[in-house]
This record gives sequence, structure tokens and C-alpha cells, in this order.
Amino acid sequence: MKAPSRRTNRQGLINILASLLSILGGLLFGFLLLILFNPGNAMYGLNKILTTGIANLDKLGKVMYQSAPILLTGLSVAFAFKTGLFNIGATGQYTLGAFFALVGVIQWRLPWWAALILAMVGGALLGSIPGICKALFNVNEVITSIMFNWISLFAVNLCINNMPLMLANAWGATNKERTVSLIGAPFMEYNPNAIIPRAGLDKLMNSQYMNIAVFIAIGIALVIWVVMNRTTFGYELKACGYNRHASDYAGINAKRSIILSMTIAGALAGIGGGLYFLSGTAQYTLVKALLATGFNGIPVALLAGSNPIGTIFSALFISYIQVGGDALQPEYAKEIIDIIIAAIIYLSAFALLLRGWIGKLFIRKQKENSNRELADLPDTSALPQDAASEQEEAAQ
Amino acid sequence: MSEYVIEMLGITKIFPGIVANDNITLQLKKGEIHALLGENGAGKSTLMSVLFGLYHPEEGVIKKDGEVVTINNPNDANRLRIGMVHQHFKLVEVFSVLDNIILGAEETKNGFLQKQKAREQVLQLSKKYGLPVDPDALIENISVGMQQRTEILKMLFRENEILIFDEPTAVLTPQEIEELMNTMRGFAKEGKSILFITHKLNEIMAVADRCTVLRKGKCIGTVEVAKTTKDELAEMMVGRKVSFAVDKSASQAGAPALRVQNLTVGSKRHDKKKVNNVSFTVRRGEILGIAGIDGNGQTELVYALTGLVKPESGSIFLGDQDITHASIRARNDHGMSHIPEDRHKHGLVLDYTLAENLILKSYHTPEFQRGGFLRFDAMYDHAQTLIDRYDIRSGQGGATITRSMSGGNQQKAIVARELSLAPEVLIAVQPTRGLDVGAIEYIHKQIIAARDSGKAVLLVSLELDEIMNVSDRIAVMYEGEIVAEVQAASATAQELGLYMSGASRQDQQHLEEVAQA
Repeated sequence: MKAPSRRTNRQGLINILASLLSILGGLLFGFLLLILFNPGNAMYGLNKILTTGIANLDKLGKVMYQSAPILLTGLSVAFAFKTGLFNIGATGQYTLGAFFALVGVIQWRLPWWAALILAMVGGALLGSIPGICKALFNVNEVITSIMFNWISLFAVNLCINNMPLMLANAWGATNKERTVSLIGAPFMEYNPNAIIPRAGLDKLMNSQYMNIAVFIAIGIALVIWVVMNRTTFGYELKACGYNRHASDYAGINAKRSIILSMTIAGALAGIGGGLYFLSGTAQYTLVKALLATGFNGIPVALLAGSNPIGTIFSALFISYIQVGGDALQPEYAKEIIDIIIAAIIYLSAFALLLRGWIGKLFIRKQKENSNRELADLPDTSALPQDAASEQEEAAQ
Repeated sequence: MSEYVIEMLGITKIFPGIVANDNITLQLKKGEIHALLGENGAGKSTLMSVLFGLYHPEEGVIKKDGEVVTINNPNDANRLRIGMVHQHFKLVEVFSVLDNIILGAEETKNGFLQKQKAREQVLQLSKKYGLPVDPDALIENISVGMQQRTEILKMLFRENEILIFDEPTAVLTPQEIEELMNTMRGFAKEGKSILFITHKLNEIMAVADRCTVLRKGKCIGTVEVAKTTKDELAEMMVGRKVSFAVDKSASQAGAPALRVQNLTVGSKRHDKKKVNNVSFTVRRGEILGIAGIDGNGQTELVYALTGLVKPESGSIFLGDQDITHASIRARNDHGMSHIPEDRHKHGLVLDYTLAENLILKSYHTPEFQRGGFLRFDAMYDHAQTLIDRYDIRSGQGGATITRSMSGGNQQKAIVARELSLAPEVLIAVQPTRGLDVGAIEYIHKQIIAARDSGKAVLLVSLELDEIMNVSDRIAVMYEGEIVAEVQAASATAQELGLYMSGASRQDQQHLEEVAQA
């Protein structure tokens, strides 16, 4: 069908333009901050932010490695957005997912893929609670999710503290504030299948961080896109998101849709936690602050306009900026780097706002095109593709 | 000095895929009531939005007192003394009447509001023009009629000379409409000029001096109301002759299709039942009309029939099947169609495309999905079929976002969808609410055609004319009960009016007999 694809094409173009423009704005602002904090090194700093991620394969590997978890938390937030829900609980679901995955590989000696499924279950469990509260008792999901972020964090900390096998000091290390390193020699002997396969990518990219996690994440994003846009299930979920009354009227079980939507969003964030900690290069640390990875899912989703395919690119971008920012030390203090990165991400999330403006620009341009139509100048060759088909339709 | 206070000359306004106004000329004389007549989507609101500075025309000029002016935004319009009462009021719900009136034209002293003077002014205006309002009441607590008076006072407070009323009567009771007409006449006598947007011919005949007719974005002509007739205006608006009487043969009632027995629906707020012990039967091939004043339980009755609320007691049969506790999906799949009262709340997912909305109830059937995947080709083919058959107009066919369509076409889309489901029972609630003559005639024809093909129709409407013209039998609801059931052919408006207002009711035994028949 010509008509629908034309509409989606134009909308897609607007979305991409908006995201690119806001990224540019964010970078510009970041540059101003660099000048403010350390004028002498500003150019050097900008250069670092922009080029570190592709400076060598090792850094590129790190970009991909860090993008996998935020891709999934981003997907989680985006999925809920599409069904009219705001999943601010991605960080709690991510934490619980990580915990379930670690329990799987450490306590039960499961292989990585089974642990990943456990992580998904953990996130789904936590995500379902706000969904159930929303569907059955009309409790705002934002409030329940925020509460459950903390409940999840401290419950996980409590459990790990009371599971001696989980902690690093049980395996010959001195540290007891973090979980055992999955790639440490004693543990490798105990459960060699605990970490996500590297499939030779670590050698290819010469990076200890590199494994197939990012490809798993991309695969999941594609699946989610198909579910949202091609299936009756996605049709139901979006209908509920846009208008719950109308979906009730149409016989769609809106309560079921809301619960499932939050459960799936939770499952996605949970997988994110599993992917990150099963890489082996990270150890879960017992801290009293919520993990930023969950919250970073929000700008990933916003920047992508809640499009599952878009989240792949926005997650890679945000990860890229973070890797670039890390390379700013010691010229810039760690905190300042955080501020700069936050500013870039923050402005990047303005994509939503820009989308409206660019949309208006497009309409104005279209008016000119339709004026041409009226003036009876069918100069189709000079017009962009969509304007040409517009004329075709008008001619019918 | 020009004869006209406002002239809109050769206005052309284009939206993506549609020419909303095509070279339209409208001239407004001082002190006249000028009606702007047209079907839904004819371009009336667009033209007024151009005059009010909300849209910028591609071509054409606007003249005030013979001089060309540019109106870029509502503030410009306000400076030129143009005011507008929108169809959907632009009021701040949690502000008082007075606050709403002065909003945007507040007088301040050192940054503090000076309301006292404004209050006196408003009260004076309110008294002078007979527009009673309570300046301290909150908008959310007052009647629609008073909200409209607030909007009118807003224009007067700004000393507007050109007053635009966009379909002001759609939300009013007959008495309020009469008052509004008098107010408008008073304004005109005082030298104010009024543009009155409507598609109700009776109101034009009653109050307007001249009338400009639009059709599909084009200007059909301007006529003196005194020298024309209702039929002529209708023909100009629709482009063909319109019959106000509904053409239909006698009903061939068959087997019972929908039986309701002792249905009772409770209320969340208080003990009084919304629907109290209601019984009736609708047979194949007949239309049962439910008449009644708004709020007498019709909405709740329909909600219970369609499964949107659970009844307290009683039973509902669809054919031979007891559906009292069936899910909405089960009811839909067993042949119940429902044209809902509120098309935006229930009838449509406004952010979906037209094609997606047209399969809202059938997306799960094998026709539109295979293995859980939507069949987009089938969906768009289906949309195109319905668009052609029911003449649903939109900018981009099936791919149009439903929100961007006119109200009449949205309603047509719902009617098309519900009839395309080949229902056994059609429940139509206010199916022509807010529609113009042409669309009303069309939808009535469709409902009668459904009846003639052997379907049972339950028609719920607040418009007594509609009930009397379309139904075969009429049941009257008053305070949650059915108080009378009569044959439509022999019923009179006076008789129904007595039942509707609770002044009279048929005896219980008779009602029980007809309900079981």
C-alpha cells in the first residue's frame, strides 16, 4: 500500500531529524561547559568526546558493551510509553534481573542463557506489580515503580549480604562489598559457562569487554518492533495506551493489556541487568544508590521517540558519549564529566520538542507543494518522493 | 465608509491533502446576523479560524471597514474588535467566571490584579444584556448554558463589535436556545455584527438576516433569509434535494433478537437505581426507540446491554443466548453492534489511522490476522471498501489519522464499522449527534436498511424527532424505568412529552404485557 508507507516515511524522517538536531544541540552545550570549566583543554576535550569511541577497536568494543544494558532499559521504557504507561521502575527491574542472573550462575551453577531467562523472570515479576496495581486498583504506575526501585535495591543488597557464596571474599578476594568476579580463576573452574560467549569477538576487536550481548539486545529490539507494529497483540496494547475506554468498548481486555505491558517492560529491563553482569567484566557492588543504567533508559527511549529500532541507535550514541566522557580524565574532574554527559543526554531528549517544530516546517513546505498543484505545475521530477505521490493521489 | 464591517475576499486555505477553503468570499454588514451554513467538513470552522487569526490563508484578503488588515493571531483579531465563542468553550475549568472573563485583559496595579472594577463592569454587562452569571462560581460547577454566557461576556468585556458564534446551540436545551436567540437579536439591534455558524436550518430561519452557504470548501452563495425557504437552504448545503421526512415501509417484525428482563443497574454515588427493573424485547426487522430526557438511565441501560457495566440483577438474551455475564468481546462476536453515545471516548482510538479504527472490533478475526500478525493489505482493502460505500471523507484515505477528520466523518466511520460487522442487533445511541442534515439523512437510511435486512435495532436518542421518525415502536424512560411503550405511527409529541417529563405513565399491567410480547 502506498498511502500508509508515505505517512510513516515522513513521520520517520521527522523523528530522525529531530533526534539528530537535539544531539547537535547537546554537543554544543557540552562544548560550552568544557570551555567554562577548563578553557585551555576545551577543543581537546570535545575531540575526546567525539572520537574516543572510534579511536580504536578496544574503545568501540566498550561502546558496544555498555550500550547493551541501556538498550534494554531503553526498550523497557519505550515499550511502556507506547502503551501509555511510564515505567520509571526500569532501574529496580534491572537490579532484580541482575540479582536473579547472578544467583543463577553462582548459587545454582546454571549456564549463562538459563541465567538470562531467570533475569527476565525477575524483571517481569517486579514489573508486573505496578501493572497489576494500575489495572485493578487504578494506582499510578509511576508511584508504585519508584517505590519498588528502592524495595528491589535493598532487598537485593540484603539477600546478597546473606548469601556468602555470592560475595567476592568467599573466592579468595579480599573484597566483601561486591559479588564474585565471574572471570576470576577460581570461579571459572566452578562454572565455566557463566559468562556470555565472546564468540571470538574479544580477539577480533582486541577488547576484553566484547561479547555477543549487544547483538542479543539488538535482536530483542527487532522482536519488540515486530510485536508492536505487526501483531494483534501490539495493536491491542497501543489501543489501550491511546484510549482505554475505546479498547474496553471494542472488547479488548484493557486490564490484561496493562498488566502484560508492564510485565514485558520489566522483563526487558531484567534482561538488561542479566546481560551486563553476565559479561563477567562487571561485579555487582553493594551500594545504597539506585543504578543509573535504569534511568538512562529514559533518555534512550525519548531520543528514539519510543521506536524500538530507534533505541538501538540512541543506546549506541549515549554509550559512545559516555565512553568519550570517561577519556576526559584527568583534564576534567570526574564530576564535571558527569555534568557534561548529563547535559548532552538531557538536551538530546529534547527530540520530543523538536519533533513538533520540524513537523510544522514540513507542513509549511507541503503547503508550497500543494500550491504548486493548484498552480497546475506538475513538476514531479523536482519534488521529493512523497510530494510526488501526493500529487498522484490528488490526481485520482 | 464601506457598507461592510468585515469582508473576507477570495480566501483559500489548504491543508495536506485537502482544500478546506477554496476562494471563499464572505461580507458582513454592520448590525446584521449573518449565518454561515454548511455540512461538517465544509470549511466553516476553517474560515472562521482564518478570520480569528488561528490560520493563515494561502490567498485572499480580509478588510475591516473597507481597509485591508492582516490578522496573524487572536490578539490581532481582538484589536480589530473581533470576538469568538468556540464550539468547545475555551475556559479554565478551575477558575471563577470573573477570572475567566478578565483572563488576558486583566487590569493590574504594581503587578497585582485589580478585580473590583472589572467585577462591576462584568455585572453591569451581565445586567444590560440579560446574561445572568455568578461571577464567583467556578466554571467546573456551572451549567453549560452559563459557561456559554461567560464566553459571551468575555467578548463584551473586550468591547468586541464583531461576534462569531461557532455552533452555539449544539450544547443547549430548547429554552436556552430561545434565550440565546434573543440575546443575539439584541446585539444586532445595538449595531454589533454577528457571524453565526450552524447547520440547523430552523435556527437560521428564526434569527438570521442573511446566510452564506459553503459546500466542500466552496462558496455556494449568499442569500437573504427572508426570501428563501428551509428546503432551498438544505439543497444549497447538501447539493441535492433533502427530504426531512424519513422514508420507510412498515416493519416486518420477526423473532425476538434482544430480550431484556427486569434489568437493574445500580449507581456508585447513591442508592437510587440508574436503571430500575427494565424489561423489553426487540424483534428482528424492527426498530425500538428509547425516548427520554438526558440522564434518565438511557446511558446506563446501554452500558449494561453492551457489557461496559455489570447489572445488579436481571438478564439479557441475545437470540436464545443468555449474555448477562458475557464479556464485551463475546457480545461483539455474537452479533451485537454498538454505535456509542460518545464517539471520542468509546467509539474511536483517535490516534489510530482510519483503517486501524475500522477494524477495532474485528482485528482478531481470521480476516485481519494470521497467527497473531495483522494483515495490513486486508486492513487497507477493508478500509477502502467502507470509505467508498459510506462516503467517508478524509485527507489521506485509510492512512488518515482519525483525530484529523471532521466529526461527521468520524461518526460515519463508526457507523460503517458497526454495520460492516453484519450484526444481529444494532444498538445505536445518539447516532446523529452533532451531524448535519445530509449526514443525518444518510445515517437514518442506513439504520432503516439494516432493519429491512432483518436486523433488530435499538435506537436511543435525546432528539424526539429522530425517535419518532425512525422507530417502529417507542419506549419512554423516566428515572430509570420504562413508563410507556407506544407504536410510533400513532404517537404524538405531546403524548411522549408527558411520559418523558414523568407527568403520566401507562399502567403496569399493560407494560408487562408488551414487554413479554
